[in-house]
Amino acid sequence: MTNRTLSTQRTPRRRRLAAAAVAAGAAAVTVACGAGNAAGGAETALDYWLWDANQLPAYQACVEAFEEENPDIDVRVSQYGWDDYWQKLTAGFVAGAGPDVFTDHLTRYPEYAGRDLLLDLNTLDATADVDPDTFQPGLAELWVTPDGGRYGLPKDFDTIALFYDVNALTEAGMSPEDLQGLTWNPDDGGTFEDVIAHLSVDANGVRGDEEGFDPDNVETYGMASNGSGGAEGQTQWSWLAASTGWTFTDQPVWGTEYHFDDPRLHETLAWYFGLVEKGFMPPYEEVGTSPNPTQALGSGRAVLSSNGSWMIRSYTALEGVELGVAPLPAGPVGHPMSMYNGLADSISAQTENPEEAARLVAFLGSEACQVIVGEAGVVFPAIPAGTEAAVEAFADQGVDVQPFTDLVDNGYTFFFPVTDGYGSISALMTPIMDEIYIGSRDPETLTQLNDQVNDLIG
Amino acid sequence: MTTAPASTGARRRRRDDTRLALLFIAPATIGLLVFYFWPLLRGVWLSFTSWDVLTPATFIGVDNYTAMVADPVFWNAVRVTALYVVINIGVQTVVALLIAVLMQRLSQSILLRSLVLTPYLVSNVVAALVFLWILDFQLGIGNNILEGLGLDRVGFFTSEEWVIPTIALVNVWRHMGYTALLIFAGLLTIPPTMYEAARVDGASEVRSFFSITLPLLRPILGLVLIVSVIGSFQVFDTVAVTTSGGPVDASRVLQLYIYEKAFAQFDFGYASALSVALLLLLMIVTFLQYRVTRAGQSDLS
Repeated sequence: MTNRTLSTQRTPRRRRLAAAAVAAGAAAVTVACGAGNAAGGAETALDYWLWDANQLPAYQACVEAFEEENPDIDVRVSQYGWDDYWQKLTAGFVAGAGPDVFTDHLTRYPEYAGRDLLLDLNTLDATADVDPDTFQPGLAELWVTPDGGRYGLPKDFDTIALFYDVNALTEAGMSPEDLQGLTWNPDDGGTFEDVIAHLSVDANGVRGDEEGFDPDNVETYGMASNGSGGAEGQTQWSWLAASTGWTFTDQPVWGTEYHFDDPRLHETLAWYFGLVEKGFMPPYEEVGTSPNPTQALGSGRAVLSSNGSWMIRSYTALEGVELGVAPLPAGPVGHPMSMYNGLADSISAQTENPEEAARLVAFLGSEACQVIVGEAGVVFPAIPAGTEAAVEAFADQGVDVQPFTDLVDNGYTFFFPVTDGYGSISALMTPIMDEIYIGSRDPETLTQLNDQVNDLIG
Repeated sequence: MTTAPASTGARRRRRDDTRLALLFIAPATIGLLVFYFWPLLRGVWLSFTSWDVLTPATFIGVDNYTAMVADPVFWNAVRVTALYVVINIGVQTVVALLIAVLMQRLSQSILLRSLVLTPYLVSNVVAALVFLWILDFQLGIGNNILEGLGLDRVGFFTSEEWVIPTIALVNVWRHMGYTALLIFAGLLTIPPTMYEAARVDGASEVRSFFSITLPLLRPILGLVLIVSVIGSFQVFDTVAVTTSGGPVDASRVLQLYIYEKAFAQFDFGYASALSVALLLLLMIVTFLQYRVTRAGQSDLS
């Protein structure tokens, strides 16, 4: 349910999620806690904000454990839907009434840090000593700016894998084993395209790899659509493009130049959105600005759906689906690649109690808390012990999540492109990616746009 | 010497009246200043600045305006908004006029009048969401009916050609009853004797519509048009709920663009400049409408 997908204003998923959040708990669920242990009278009150309603119970439990260890601190946890969250946060900064500690996103923190709205965790006692190596590799470094300030302590991570319905696979005469060890390349799509073709069925029951398949009258698509993906294509095309050796920017994080002019990206996009013409993926017309790959899988409209680990819960909730998770196909570099993204907790520069806030952040980033979060089985916590707890919790739900964690264990990951100017870059790129999806623009025209994008980094 | 006190007294009494008058209009004046003029002036001022809400605004002269003139998304938004207004107002006015005349000439039933108004009681967002479901490409009942009739499915909200007509018609559905009622009120001001005289002279319904109803309705129709055109230019919620401006930029109307610039990209200076442009555009359109329809005068007298 988390919208980790960096949607822009127009990415619809967010709207849906916001609606779901509203449905889940009337926009904002504010839970004052610590009433029980505040008998001695807590001296310091801290506000902690997060946006994912699914994670609220786990973090509630964390906060209670924290309050037990720190009876002098009283933490109020507030949860707001994704849309409200960032507006409330910005309004909070303007009014000086925001939270002390909040869940932060990679796309947002550079702008906040650049405006001195976040505290450097290295300057606070409780967080200065935290060893970045206690987290899954690389996660902590995402939150360090070029000038060395550390503005967030990792709390979880996510990667991409393929979701599918085992029943649909069986119907096509395939087994889950057939989805192991697939290969892909932008020229002919490799064995990955063979599978997608075989899983696509037209209205007459003809499969995509058979004679007479009608791409204009498809009943079941081999690949579900999650929209054009905007500037980062996190769940759509970024993992394909990266498996050709392409990188978003000149440096893993804080790049100063984007690589939208790289032919490898153009070929990847041409192959990916070319699936539409072949009848293997729904056209833009069908999914519009609110693609719902989960529903497409649940209704049998599509068979394979590449999506992020934060969506596992949504897929397991589908009725009548025997959920399977398969690894991404290996690309020209010889192995799969996945975007590797994570959330962190940041401290507002406006907090009146920076040291207490740092204690809370350190605790939220500690094994004690992250194992609690992992046991809830919603996301993968950033600390390996927490990740293991989550893997077990997901196994209890009947999902083998190894395809997600293998990527991290093998180092087959690349970071979300953290740069300045995300809002403007996303606003520029999203309509253009939509055009490529619709088929009215050639991916090679991205070359001319690259300079414009680089100018926006500022 | 003796007249002096008297005249002072008279003057004092007059001054007292002024004070009292000022006191009476003070609430309205303060409201106007605080809630209308101050935000307007501040908005205009911000349009000459670069401001991201979080750091102080810096004056940058007319940079926002020069950027705006060169901004293809802005001009596209103007085009898209204009297309929307033309379809929305064109269809809505004709339909509303038809409904109003039918209400006047055929049935004066209160029930009917209330029924015509019901779409207006539905909130914009709810109406938009319901139509989003009805017209969904894959699951919507609208497209299933089309397919049942042997026609092709239509991407009402997902194709560049259909999206603005669809949104315009959704809003026609919502507003036509209200507009019809306004026009109906105007029709009631036309004396029934006119129609009696026309009937005596042997004029047909169509003839009396064009020779009596339309000319005498002109001032009301003019005002209804001015109000509904202004409302139409400000279309936002339906677009935000259904398409967020897509596909590509096909439904990125001005208000949505302003909103995105301000609240998604925190470029409040540029968003203010866009708002000022919209204000100017509306002033020109309203002025022209006022002149063309001569909404200030009536032919009745």
